[in-house]
Parts: sequence; C-alpha cells; structure tokens
Amino acid sequence: MSDAIPGVNERLSTSRSGDLAPSMDHLDELEAQSIYILREAFARMKKLALLWSLGKDSNVMIWLARKAFFGKVPFPALHVDTGKKFPEMYAFRDQYAKEWGLDLRVDPCPPIDAVDPTLPPAARSAARKTEGLKLALAKYGFDGLIAGIRRDEEATRAKERVFSPRGIEGGWDVRDQPPEFWDHFNASPPQGAHLRIHPILHWTEADIWAYTQRENIPIISLYLSNNGKRYRSLGDSDITFPVASNAANIDEILTELNTTKVPERAGRALDHETEDAFERLRVSGYL
Amino acid sequence: MNMIAPTSSIASAVATPRPQIRIVIVGHVDHGKSTLVGRLLHETGSLPDGKLEMLKAVSERRGMPFEWSFLLDALQTERDQGITIDTTQIRFRTPSREVVLIDAPGHAEFLRNMITGASQADAAVLIIDALEGVRDQTRRHGYLLHLLGIRQVAVVINKMDRVDFAQKRFAEISREISEHLIGLGVTPSAIIPISARDGDGVTARTPRISWHQGPTVVEALDALEPARAMTDLPLRLPIQAIYKFDDRRIVAGRIEAGQLSAGDEIVIMPAGKIARIKTVESWPVTPVAGKLGAGRSVGITLDRELFVERGDIVSHVGTAPRDTRRLRARIFWLHDAPLAKGAQILVRLGTKEARATVVAIDKAVDPGDLASIETQLIQRNHVGEIDLALAQSVAADPYLENPNTGRLVIEVNGRIAGGGLVLSVNAGERAIPIDIVPVESALQDDERSARYGHSGAVLWLTGLPGSGKSTIAQSLERKLFSRGGSPVFLDGDTLRAGLNGDLGFSPKDRSENIRRLAEVATHLARNGHIAIVAAVSPSADDRAQARRIAADAFREIFVATPREVCEGRDPKGHYAKARAGTLTNFTGTGSDYEKPDAPELTLDTTARSAADLAGDVEQMLAKTGILSAEPADIAANI
Repeated sequence: MSDAIPGVNERLSTSRSGDLAPSMDHLDELEAQSIYILREAFARMKKLALLWSLGKDSNVMIWLARKAFFGKVPFPALHVDTGKKFPEMYAFRDQYAKEWGLDLRVDPCPPIDAVDPTLPPAARSAARKTEGLKLALAKYGFDGLIAGIRRDEEATRAKERVFSPRGIEGGWDVRDQPPEFWDHFNASPPQGAHLRIHPILHWTEADIWAYTQRENIPIISLYLSNNGKRYRSLGDSDITFPVASNAANIDEILTELNTTKVPERAGRALDHETEDAFERLRVSGYL
Repeated sequence: MNMIAPTSSIASAVATPRPQIRIVIVGHVDHGKSTLVGRLLHETGSLPDGKLEMLKAVSERRGMPFEWSFLLDALQTERDQGITIDTTQIRFRTPSREVVLIDAPGHAEFLRNMITGASQADAAVLIIDALEGVRDQTRRHGYLLHLLGIRQVAVVINKMDRVDFAQKRFAEISREISEHLIGLGVTPSAIIPISARDGDGVTARTPRISWHQGPTVVEALDALEPARAMTDLPLRLPIQAIYKFDDRRIVAGRIEAGQLSAGDEIVIMPAGKIARIKTVESWPVTPVAGKLGAGRSVGITLDRELFVERGDIVSHVGTAPRDTRRLRARIFWLHDAPLAKGAQILVRLGTKEARATVVAIDKAVDPGDLASIETQLIQRNHVGEIDLALAQSVAADPYLENPNTGRLVIEVNGRIAGGGLVLSVNAGERAIPIDIVPVESALQDDERSARYGHSGAVLWLTGLPGSGKSTIAQSLERKLFSRGGSPVFLDGDTLRAGLNGDLGFSPKDRSENIRRLAEVATHLARNGHIAIVAAVSPSADDRAQARRIAADAFREIFVATPREVCEGRDPKGHYAKARAGTLTNFTGTGSDYEKPDAPELTLDTTARSAADLAGDVEQMLAKTGILSAEPADIAANI
C-alpha cells in the first residue's frame, strides 16, 4: 500500500472560526483523543499489550498507536488465537505484523473442555477466548490490555470506562466503576489485577470506516460484499455470519451504515443466544 | 491475497454537515426527563417507522393512557436485545445541529456516573417540574454542571399543563433557578415553558404559551455551540511523555490551549526553562509545518537538551502559567469517606501528579440544599472549597483563565475520588511539609558540641560580587577546622552547578536559590556543623527568609567592600562582562543590592586581610555563644 497521504498541514488549510490554526474535523478530533489515551496508557502502565483481533477496529487502533508513538508500536500486539479465524485473517496478520513492525505474540486458547459448560455453544466458544486471554495475562504479566471496543457496538460496552479496572480474576464490576472525567483515568489496578484500556470507545462503526478510508488502512476483503453478502464484524469462522449487503467498497459501506437498522453484531451468534449471554461474558472478562 | 488497500478518496459519506453537539439532560427525578426525550425523538423525526403507533396500540390494549416515557423504556428493552437504538447515546437532529444525548443517570447514589457522563457534554438541559418547582436534585445538578465547567445550560420548565400555563408560576421558577445558576457563574441560555406530554414549547410555540417570547426547546438546542477548542488562549501543552524511539527526542502531549509551530520560543513550566521548538513531529509524514492548535495530540523536538518531564507545561514566553505549591479549588467529592482537613491526597493537574495536603476546608455543603455549611469535612456527594499544599511545584492556571489547565482531579488509594476547578494559584507561598516524619539524629547536641567545641550555626556572608566573601569564608573554614571544629563551606556559585542547577537569575529563581542554601545550611547547623554560606544574596527579603529558616543559628555577616573596589578586583571577570553587555541580570553593577540593616557583623576588606577578618568572625561567634570559651583541648582537662 502507499504511504502517500496528505500531511496534516496540507489537509487542513481551512479554518472554521477564523482562528489562525487550522481547525479539526470530526475524524481529527477522534484521532487526537485516541492518541491521548494511548499515550496515557503507555505513560502510566508498567506492562502494556494491545489486543489485536485482526478486525477493522483493532487495525485502526494499531494505526493510531503508530501515530501516537511516531511509527513504532512500543508494546506487543497480542493475538489470542482460537484457531478458528478465517484464512484471510491469518494471512492479514502475518503480512501486516511484519510490515508494521509489530512485536506479535500469538497465544492459543485452551481446549473447549476447559470452558464453563453451562454457557450456550457460541458463548462457550467465545469464553474460550477469555480463558486464553487469562492464560496469556498470567504468562506475560501484563497490567494493561488495550482493546478496540466501542460504545456503539453493544449495550453493555456503552457503560464502559476508557480505563476499566478488572478484578484479580479478570472480572468486570459494572456496578462499581470509578468515576472518570476530564480525561483523567484510573490507572492503578489492584496488585495482580489488570486494566482494560479502550482508546476507540468513543468511535462509531461509521467513524472506523471513514478513518480507514482517509488513512488508507488495509482491510480484510471479507468486510466487502461478495455475492450479496459481507461481514460487518469478524470473529471465529464457525460463529460469525455475513449480512446481506451489496457494499463493495468503503464508500458504499458508509452509505449503507447511514440507512441500516441492522445492528453491527447481528452476525455474531454469541450475542443472541440468551438475553444475558453477552453481559455474562463481559462480567467474566470477555472484551 | 484477499486484502484491500482502499483508495484514498476523501469523499466521506458520514461527513456531517451539521456541527455535532453533545448534551446531557439533568434534573430532579420525575420532572419529565424521559418524556422530554421521547417527545424530542418524535418531533425531530428520529424514531423508527411505526414505533409510535405500535406503542400507542399497546397502551390502548392494556387500558393504560399512553406515556411518552414508554418510548424510552421500549427502546431500552430493544437496545438490551441488541436492536436499533442505543439509549446511552441517542442521536437526533435539529435544523442545524446533530445532537448526541448522553446518558447520565440522575439518581443521587450514582452521582459518579452522572458526573462521568455529564463531563462529556458540551451543554445541558436542566428540567424542572412547574408544579414542584426547584428541588434539591435540581440545585445539585445545577451546581455540578457549574463544577464540570458546562457553561451552556438551557432550563426547561415542564408540566406547564399542570399549572394551567400560568405565566406567573413560570416567572417565579425562572427567577429562582436563574438566581441559583447565575450565583454559580452559569447564565441560562434560555428558560422555556413546556408541556413535554402535550408538546407545547418543544417544537411548537402553542397558543397556551403565547406569552413566551423565548425559543422552543428545539430552537434552544439549535443555538447551542459545540465546545470549541481553546485556540485563542495562551499555549498550554502539558507533557505526557518524552519518547526516544530513534535518534529524535520527542516531547509528546496534547495542546490544551493555544497553538504552536516550529521556531516558537517556549518556556517549560514550572522550572521556567527556555527553548525553541525545533520541529513538530508526526507520522507517517514528518516533520509538519504550519500552526497546530488546541485539541491536537502532537510531538515536538527542542533546539537544546533540557531536562523536562511528564507533567511540565510547554507555554510561550510571556504567557506562561504560574508555578505554585499552593492552590485553592472548588471541588465535588465522590469518595465514600469524607475529605477531611489534613488529608493527604494525590492531585492530578493535567498530566502532572503531585502529593498534597488539604490545609483548609471552607464552604463545604450539600449542593442540594446549600444549608449547614461545614469547615472540617466534605461529605460524599457534597462540594466545598479546599486549600492545597503541594509537595512540589506545579504549573497551573486559575479556571477562569484557562478552563482546561485550571481544573484538577483528586485521587485516593489509586481511585479518582473528586475533582474541581482551580479558583486561585498562590504562587510563592511556602509549601507545608507533606507526609514527612522527621527522623531525629541518634546523637545529642552536647555530644557534638563536646567534640567540635562549638554548637551549630549558619554564617551568612552577603556582599557584592568580588567583595571577598569566599576568601574570608575559606580563611574562616581553615581557622575553625584547626581548632577541631566542623565548618562546611557552601559557596553560592558552587551549589548552582548542582543542587540549584535548575535555577536561573530571575528574582524568583534567586529567591529559591537562597531558600535552598538556607535549608541546606540549617540542616548542617542542626547537626552541629558551622555552615559558612557565601552568596551575594542581594535581596533583603530573601535574607530575611533565610534568617527565618535558620532561626537562632543565623549570623548575618555583611562583607561591605565598596563597589569600586570590587569592580577593580573583578576576580571572575563579571563586571567587565556586565559592562560589555554580555552578562545581564548581574548584581552589583546596578543599584539592586540591598544592604543589611542589622547584620551581626560588618567587615570591610579594603584595609584588612582575610585572615584578620576571619578572626573577627571567630570573636563574634565566641561572643554570641557559638564557640565554646576554651578551644577544645579535651585532653588538657583530664
């Protein structure tokens, strides 16, 4: 891909308020905020990793990290691998881990038998990933995990903080979240626990696509329409399904998002098995 | 390979032509928040097709009158099932604004959640029941909006149908809430009589409120401004980190106010170090030219190697923030345990963190009733003013001068416990020691004086450059050492190379230089040594401060050599340089040296030798009880 995108100064030659300094557009504001969060995480946590799920959101996140740290991602990119991703995703991972100079750590998930058998099948499968994550946390001793979740994706994610403390067991106590305001973050997890850091919590699905387009960030082709279907969200190949769509490029995706009433995670089976499946997963440490 | 690098088409389908504005609706429980939201969604055409009809049909079937709040409940249920609208961030459009409604739970128990939500808003709608009028939660939320720095507040007086659209009742409540808000420095942008249930005043100016001259709710929302980046204020770039990933040393942070570009002369506070911005770094294209303004996350390199650290603030020369160890702030308190006078806390100001002690509490009160003012404690969910003594200097602005750098957050045990606005910055006040448990020496004073033949003292030699202070000090040092004493020579210039290496020659830095010399000397004196300080110390105030620090141990010695003599000697070549104009801020060439009024001793070096004068000092020390009468020949006394 080409690195040829316009420089900050060229792109923003117009001014909204008559200020001397070029004003920022919506994507500039989102970007600046995310960079601020990433730098806060890097300054305040001792051992940080970025969770790379290979999807559009975590790719944007890596891009933002490269912006924040001037080309270098100064912490590992952790892929907790269920072994069941689409082949296109693995190919993407291997190519761009190299191209982007990432310190890639791939850690497998435990076998399905190790996971709570009372969960519905898809949720159980996703909970495997949570177990894999716990193992990776124990192995590397990370105290901060950067995750690419967004408020608009799903109801329980909307309640998240930017710096979100987890218990020793990785659990999330949604009822006792600390206050967070003015970009001051709670960055002191208890001994042995860790923090989740959410640099793109304030972005929407449409923002992600508009930014991907503006910055020329590579994407996996599964997001684009093929025979009238495309994936809006990518997970394990056995529990993720495409939605009906003719959007074959990002412009068309953006147009589609402007009118659709179908939620982003509609194709993610695990969200819909029981009313509280997703919340149960999150409380026990799922992203 | 199935990967796509998208084309760099700039055309974006989501580019919103309307400015986005984030609002929060607050007010007392049951004053009609959900009804107003339901009504707004309907009247702005933001509801899914058929939703309203369906709900009306359901209400009818169940024999219940339709309520607009059902709409929100229904959306909530659907949202919980992952369908259509997210109630934590409802979006709708007014003619010229894209409105994002932020969910901020109103229940007092969850004030921390209300604050977390409301802190993200550009503006607020405060809703009041016309029948019930202003209630405690109305006042509390009003107060918190003020403390959160939300200055655009539209007041909606709801349920006007319950008071027969009486203009008089509207006027009463308007007056009461206006007084409350204006008292907090918040002028309501509009006060609107409405019936959210019937629709009056929401989008339509109905005949029942024909007396109302102001805007409707939608018109008021339409007039709100997105919080604008503070580009017009003086530059404030709080440093987040210094990166050295390659051969660049990049100072990174977000511009909170003002603007910068390569070539700017900057001052880094609180230390006051001066540098120039060499480059503005970016990625993937770097460096970037032109001005960058408030809101941007940037990285800069400097034209010189300076010790700067996270928490410092980059500003422009002439408009720098103050450096201080004392702050007064108005805060809200969210922690379970009340905040007490004397409490030791962690303060976050921008990216700076500093330990602090609460030295005073004032006007602590429940913002809901504003009665029973306390001065010892701030209870949970209450507000109050506090004076903070910080363990180290920080750069800060009063809130009124810079809303971004003029606010702070308080942490207790690693958790955010409160926050508020900086009311004043009391630069120059001495810090109150924090978290300090002095550990006494294991030795007794008389053990030391028995060995040294003297008690501890601070001998402060002041005088013009070249007056002979250091020469006398060295001679005295030798004399005292020869008789078994323990002199320690502290030369001002020598200490500037290390301990005081961060200080310049501004009056403030000179003061700090003197303060540190005095502290070090006093510490030595307390441990039985005779500290001999040789420093120009031209300011009488600074020397008075040194005397206060050293107290009884202080002996001021004025080396009163006339200026012409000093200039003739000029051992360091300073006078010559000052004359040539290459050394500015040099004491002694102007009239800035303030002679001591009542020194313990005055010495003139024009006619007498240093050794001779050192003898005078020795005598003075004996006379004033520092030196023991007999030279310490302990063996002779056995």
